[in-house]
Amino acid sequence: MDSLLEQIERGTLWQFPGGVHPPQQKSLSNQQPIARLPLPDKLVLPLKQHIGANGQLLVNVGDKVLKGQALTKPTANWSLPVHAPTSGEVIEIKPMPSAHPSALPELSIVMTPDGNDTWCELSPVSDLNKLDHKTLIDLLHNAGIAGMGGAGFPTYVKADSHQPIEFLVVNGVECEPYITADDLLMREHAQEIVQGIEVMQQLLKPQRVLIGIEDNKPEAIAAMKRASAHNTAILVRAIPTKYPSGGEKQLIRVLTSKEVPSTGIPADIGVLVQNVGTLFAISEAIYKGKPLIERVVSVTGNTIGKPQNVWALIGTEIKHLLDCQGFTPVLEQRVVMGGPMMGFTLPTVRIPVIKTTNCILAPDNQELAEPGDEKACIRCSACADACPQSLLPQQLQWFAKSKDYDKLEAYNLFDCIECGACSYVCPSEIPLVQYYRVAKAEIREQKLDQIKAERAKERFEARKERLEREQQERQNRHKRSTSRSAKPDAEKAKVADALARVKQKQGDKSAVQAAIERAKAKKAADGSLEPDNSEVALERALRKEQARLYKEQKTSEDAPLAENAKEDSGKKDAVTAAIARAKAKKAAQQGEQENGQPQPQASEPETKKSDDDPRKAAVAAAIARAKAKKAAQQGEQENEQPQPPASEPETKKSDDDPRKAAVAAAIARAKAKKAAQQGEQENEQPQQPASESETPTSDDDDPRKAAVAAAIARAKAKKAAKQAEQENEQPQTSTSESETQKPDDDDPRKAAVAAAIARAKAKKAAKQAEQENEQPQQEQSVQDAGSTDATPQTPEQKRQAAIKAAVAKAKAKKQAKEQEGNDPS
Amino acid sequence: MTLFYALIALGSLALIFGLILGYAAVKYRVESNPIVDQVDAILPQTQCGQCGYPGCRPYAEAIANGDEINKCPPGGEATVKKLADLMGVEAKPLAGGEEAEPVKTVAYIREDECIGCTKCIQACPVDAIVGATRQMHTVIDDECTGCDLCVEPCPVDCIDMLPVEQTKQTWKWQLDAIAIKQID
Amino acid sequence: MKLSMASSPHNHSQKNLSRLMLTVIAACIPGIIAQCYFFGFGVIVQLMLALITASLSEAFMLSVRKRPVWPALSDGSAWLTAVLLAISIPPLAPWWIVVIGTVFAIVMVKQLYGGLGFNLFNPAMAAYVLLLVSFPVQMTSWTPVSSLLAQPLNLMDQASLIFFEYSANHTDLIGALTSVDGTTMATPLDTVKTAVSQNLTVDEAMMGKQFSAYAGIGWMWVNLAFLVGGLFLLKTKVINWHIPVAMLATLAFCSAIGFILAPGSHAGSLFHLLSGATMLGAFFIATDPVSASTTNRGRLIYGACIGLLVYLIRNYGGYPDAVAFAVLIMNMAVPLIDHYTQPRTYGHGAAK
Repeated sequence: MDSLLEQIERGTLWQFPGGVHPPQQKSLSNQQPIARLPLPDKLVLPLKQHIGANGQLLVNVGDKVLKGQALTKPTANWSLPVHAPTSGEVIEIKPMPSAHPSALPELSIVMTPDGNDTWCELSPVSDLNKLDHKTLIDLLHNAGIAGMGGAGFPTYVKADSHQPIEFLVVNGVECEPYITADDLLMREHAQEIVQGIEVMQQLLKPQRVLIGIEDNKPEAIAAMKRASAHNTAILVRAIPTKYPSGGEKQLIRVLTSKEVPSTGIPADIGVLVQNVGTLFAISEAIYKGKPLIERVVSVTGNTIGKPQNVWALIGTEIKHLLDCQGFTPVLEQRVVMGGPMMGFTLPTVRIPVIKTTNCILAPDNQELAEPGDEKACIRCSACADACPQSLLPQQLQWFAKSKDYDKLEAYNLFDCIECGACSYVCPSEIPLVQYYRVAKAEIREQKLDQIKAERAKERFEARKERLEREQQERQNRHKRSTSRSAKPDAEKAKVADALARVKQKQGDKSAVQAAIERAKAKKAADGSLEPDNSEVALERALRKEQARLYKEQKTSEDAPLAENAKEDSGKKDAVTAAIARAKAKKAAQQGEQENGQPQPQASEPETKKSDDDPRKAAVAAAIARAKAKKAAQQGEQENEQPQPPASEPETKKSDDDPRKAAVAAAIARAKAKKAAQQGEQENEQPQQPASESETPTSDDDDPRKAAVAAAIARAKAKKAAKQAEQENEQPQTSTSESETQKPDDDDPRKAAVAAAIARAKAKKAAKQAEQENEQPQQEQSVQDAGSTDATPQTPEQKRQAAIKAAVAKAKAKKQAKEQEGNDPS
Repeated sequence: MTLFYALIALGSLALIFGLILGYAAVKYRVESNPIVDQVDAILPQTQCGQCGYPGCRPYAEAIANGDEINKCPPGGEATVKKLADLMGVEAKPLAGGEEAEPVKTVAYIREDECIGCTKCIQACPVDAIVGATRQMHTVIDDECTGCDLCVEPCPVDCIDMLPVEQTKQTWKWQLDAIAIKQID
Repeated sequence: MKLSMASSPHNHSQKNLSRLMLTVIAACIPGIIAQCYFFGFGVIVQLMLALITASLSEAFMLSVRKRPVWPALSDGSAWLTAVLLAISIPPLAPWWIVVIGTVFAIVMVKQLYGGLGFNLFNPAMAAYVLLLVSFPVQMTSWTPVSSLLAQPLNLMDQASLIFFEYSANHTDLIGALTSVDGTTMATPLDTVKTAVSQNLTVDEAMMGKQFSAYAGIGWMWVNLAFLVGGLFLLKTKVINWHIPVAMLATLAFCSAIGFILAPGSHAGSLFHLLSGATMLGAFFIATDPVSASTTNRGRLIYGACIGLLVYLIRNYGGYPDAVAFAVLIMNMAVPLIDHYTQPRTYGHGAAK
C-alpha cells in the first residue's frame, strides 16, 4: 500500500459522494480577455467585506485620498483594512445597502474618483527571503487580503496557521456554472498566481502544493502547468467536472482523500485551501506593494450584451458593471451576485462589488427558469443522492418544516454547505436550501437566546441573593449596635462581588461561563442558600411599590391623587407602602440615607396619609407588625413595633435623624446659592398652574432640587394624563388643598405643557448638577443603600467604574444613533 | 380458617413486596432533573413578572404545581408549546390575547432626560442598568431582557422599549421582506 | 426597474414531479401490451375505469381538504396508482372490484394519510390486498391465456363480462373461463402451490398446458415486458437500482437454495422471477418512493426483505403470490430501516 503522499504524487484522485452536473454556460464569458472598465462616478466601500470585525476609520468626510491609501486601520479580531481603489474625495461615511443577501445597511465610505488615479507611495518587496514571517504576515494583513473565493476569511489569519500544514490546496476549480473569473485569471496571470503560491510556501512550508482545476478549463490547466514547471513541489491536478467540487471540503476530499472534521477547519488535518484570486492578490501585495483594491468579476447572463470578465475596483456599484457591459433587463429580472447555485439575488443594482464578489449574473427567464411552485415531497431521495455531504436533505426538510430543531441538529444540519445541489435536483421543486438557511438562523438565534436567558437567570439570582444578604446584614448590624468595629467577611465578599460584576458589565461580554462559575462559587460560599421565594416576591413587590409610593408622595400633598391611586391599586398599595415605611425605618436607624427616597419633607405626606385613612393604616400596622415580629426573632427591638400612631413618629425620625443627610443638604444649599449667583434663576420661568407651591421653593433651593421638582411635575403630569378619563369619578377629599386639585381639573394638555417646561428645566438643572462632581452628596450615590457603609474606597471605585462604563456606553450609543440619523428626543 | 391463612399469606406477601419496593425506591433512586428545573430552562428568563410571579423560577415552580402554562408573553407560543410538551397538557393560546410572536425589545434611556433617580436601577431584575444618583443612567443592551419593569418606575418617562434591531447575524432569510427599491 | 428576489439555487434540473410520474406510467406500457396480448383487452377496460375513478376521487378528496385540485391532480401520482392497481387485478374482474380498489387506494390510503408524500403504505398494494381479502373469488379468477380458451373472448365480450358479469352469449365469468379445464383459471403460481400441497412434484405440476419452458405461458412474457420497462426506468434514473436488484437477487437466491435442497417441492429461480407480479413488484411497486426506504443502504435492506418475504409467502404462506403482502409489511418497517441506515455525514467519524 502506497503512502498517501505517493498516491498523490502519482496523480490519484478521490471521489466525493453526490454532486450534480448543471449546464456549464462558461463559454458565454470566457471567450474574451479580462477587460478594464472606465472609472465609475462613485465608489461605495463597506468597512466590513470579510469575516471578522470592522477596521477603524482613518479618514473623514471631505478628505482627499490617493489610490491604494488605507481608509481604515485594522484593530483586533480579524479586522482588515480597506483601501481607496482610486484617488478622489471621501464624500460620505454612512450605512449603505451591503453586498449580502439581506442587503442590510453596512457602514460604508462613499468616495468620488478625481479621475487622476494617482497611486500613493508603494513599497514593493524585491526579495522574499529577506522578510521574516511576521513582516510577511503584516504585509498580507495591511494589504487587506481576504479569501476571494466566497467566504472572505482574512488571509493573514490563515497564513499564520500554527498547525503544521502538509498540503496547500489551491482552488482553481470554479465549479459554479457561468463563472469564469478564476479561469481567465489563471490563463492571463498564471505567473503571478505561482508567485503567490511561493509566498505561501515560504510562510507555511507545506510538503506539496496541489492545484485543483476542473477539467473543463484546459487552457487554465496548461497555463498553470507552464508557470509552475520550475517548482517541483507544485502539482497541477485536473479534476472531473462536477458541482460542487470547488467546495473547500469537497476539494480536499478529491485531492487528498482527507475529510475535514465536522466542526473543524482544514488546518486540523494539515490542509490549507487558498483561492487562485487570493494568491494573485498576495503576489500583487508583496511584489508590487499594491493592496487589494480590485478583482476580476464575471459579468454574464443572457441579458448582458457583452458578457465577459472585467477588472472591477472594489466598491464599484453593480449598476456600473452592468451599464458598461450593456444590460437589457427583462421582466422579472433577477440580478445575482455569485453563481446560479449559491449566489444571491440583489434587491437593487446600487450595491458595491466587494472583495468576495466573483460574478454578476443577469440571466433572462429562459436560461434560468423561475422556480415553480413547491409540490409535495415524494421522498424520492434524489436530494440525498446529490448531497456532497451525505446528508439526508429530505429528512432535514421535514424537520425544518415542523421546526424540530433538536432533530435537525441530530441530522447534522450544520454540516450542510448550502451548495444547492438538493434543491437543484428536487422534482417537487422544494426550496430545500432556503428551509435549511432559515432553520439554521432560527437555531442560532435560539442558542443565543438560551445563553442570554442563562445569563439573565444568573444575574437575577445573584441580585436576589445580594438583596437578601443586604437585608440580613442590616439586621445584623442592628444587633451589633452602631459601633462599626468588625467588618463582617460577608461584606468583603460582597464588595468583591460587586467589583467583579462591574468589571463584567464593562467589558467581558462573552464570559457567560465566568458568570456561571462565579455564581456557582458564590452559591457554594453561601452554603447554598435555597432561594426563598416568598422573600423574593416580597422584595420585588416592595421594590415596585416603593417606586409607586415615591411617585405617590410626589404627586403628593394632594390627597385626591393619592386617594385615587389608593383606589386604583387598593389595599395592596397600602400594604406595600407600609412595608416600605418599615423598611425606611430600619434604614433610618442605621443612620443611613437612602437615595431612592430622598427629601425630608417628601415623606411627611406619607405619614399624613396613614392618618387620613384608618383602614390603610390598620393594614399597614398589621404588616409592620408581621415584619417586626420577624425582626424581633432576630433580636431587633420590639419597641418600635407599631401601633398605628407609633409608626408616625418613627417615620418622622427617619426623616430627621440622619445627620449626614442634613450635612449634605446644607452643602447642597450652599452650592445652590453659588449657582444662583451665577444667574441661574428658574424663578423667572412662568410657573405652570399645575405645579404646587413646593416647586418654586425647591427651585430656589438648588439645581438638584429643581430637577427633582421638575420630575415631580412630570410625574404628576403623567398621572394626570392617565387619569384624564376617570377624572370625573374621582372622589375629592376635603383635606385636599384647592390648589392641588388643579391638575385633575385642568385639561391634560396643559399638564403636558407643564411637563415639557419642567423637563426642560430639569435638563438644565441636571446638566449643572453633573458638573459639580466634587459634591459630597455623591457619597450617597450608590445604587443601593445597603452597600453605602462598606469600605469607603470600594464603593467609590465601584461607582466610578460604573459611571465610566455608563458614560462610555452612552457615548457609543449616541454615536450609533447619530449614524443612523434618528436621534431621539 | 382457610380464609384466615389466605389473608395472612397475602398480607405477608404484600408486606414483603412493599418492603422490597420501598428499599428499591430508596436505593436505586434516579436523580432526575426536577421538573421545576426543566420548566425553568424553557422559560425565557426575562424575569419580567408578567405571569404574576416574581421571576421565572417562581413561575416554574407554580407550573410544576399545576398552574397554567400560558402566562408567559415574552416566551410566546413557542414557550407554551414546549411547556405543553413537557407537562403533557394541551397547548393553549397565550393568556391576555398577546400576539403569538413577541417582539424582542431592549430598554433605552433617553439620556438627556434622565434625572438620575436610580428608580430603574432598583427595578431592573438583572442589574442591566448602570448609573448613580444624579448621574445619567444607561442600559447595558446585552444584559437587558426587555422585561419592561423599568418603564413604570421612571418618574420622567424617559425609558423607551425599542425593538431589537436586526443585523446580518440575526437576519432570517425573509427574502420577500427585503424592500425592493426602485432604481432609475 | 424592479428586480425580483429568489433564493439560491437559481437553476433547476428540469426534472419535475409529473414528468417523473408519467415516465413511470410510460414504462408500464410494454407490460400492458403483453397483458393485452396474452389475456385480452380486459386490462384496457380496467385501466380506463381505474383512471377515471382515481381522478374523480382524488379531485373530490382535494376539494374536501380544501387544497388546489389541479396542481395535485396533474402531478400524476393518482394516475400512477390507478395504473398499477389496474394491471394487478385480473383483467376480467367485475367493474366494481377496480372501482372499490381505486377509491380505497386514493381516499383511504393516500388522502386520509395527508396526500402525496404522507402515505405510509403503497396505495395500489394496500387496495390490492383489501380486494384480495374481501373478494377472494373474483381476485383469484385470473383469465387463462387467450390461446388456451376454447372460445376466445373479443373486446365486447370482455367489456360485457366486466360490467355485467355475463358475456354477450350469457355465459357467466366462471363459465367463460373454465372452458378449458377446471384449473386453468388459476395462475401458474397457484397451480404449483396446489400441486405441491397435493404431494405432486413441481415438475409434474408444470406439465400442465399453461406452462411453457420456464414459467407460465404468457406470464413469462408479461414479466419480461415489465423487466424491459424497469430497465428503462433505471436508464432514465427515475428509480435507483438498489431496491429491484436487492429484491430480485434475494428472491433468486432463496429459490435457488430451495430448489437445490428440495427440487421436488420447490420451483426454480427462473420460475419465481418470471411468475406472478415479480417484475412488476420489483421495478414499479417496491420502488414507490413515498413508501420505500430513503437511504441507499436502507433500500438494499428493504428490497432484500421484500424478496425474502415474497419467497417465504409463496412457498409457505396461504396465498399464491406475495408481492403485495411483502411490500406492505416492509412499508411498516421503513421508518425503522431509515433510522438505522443514515449515511455517515462528511466529516463525522470514520475516515480521517
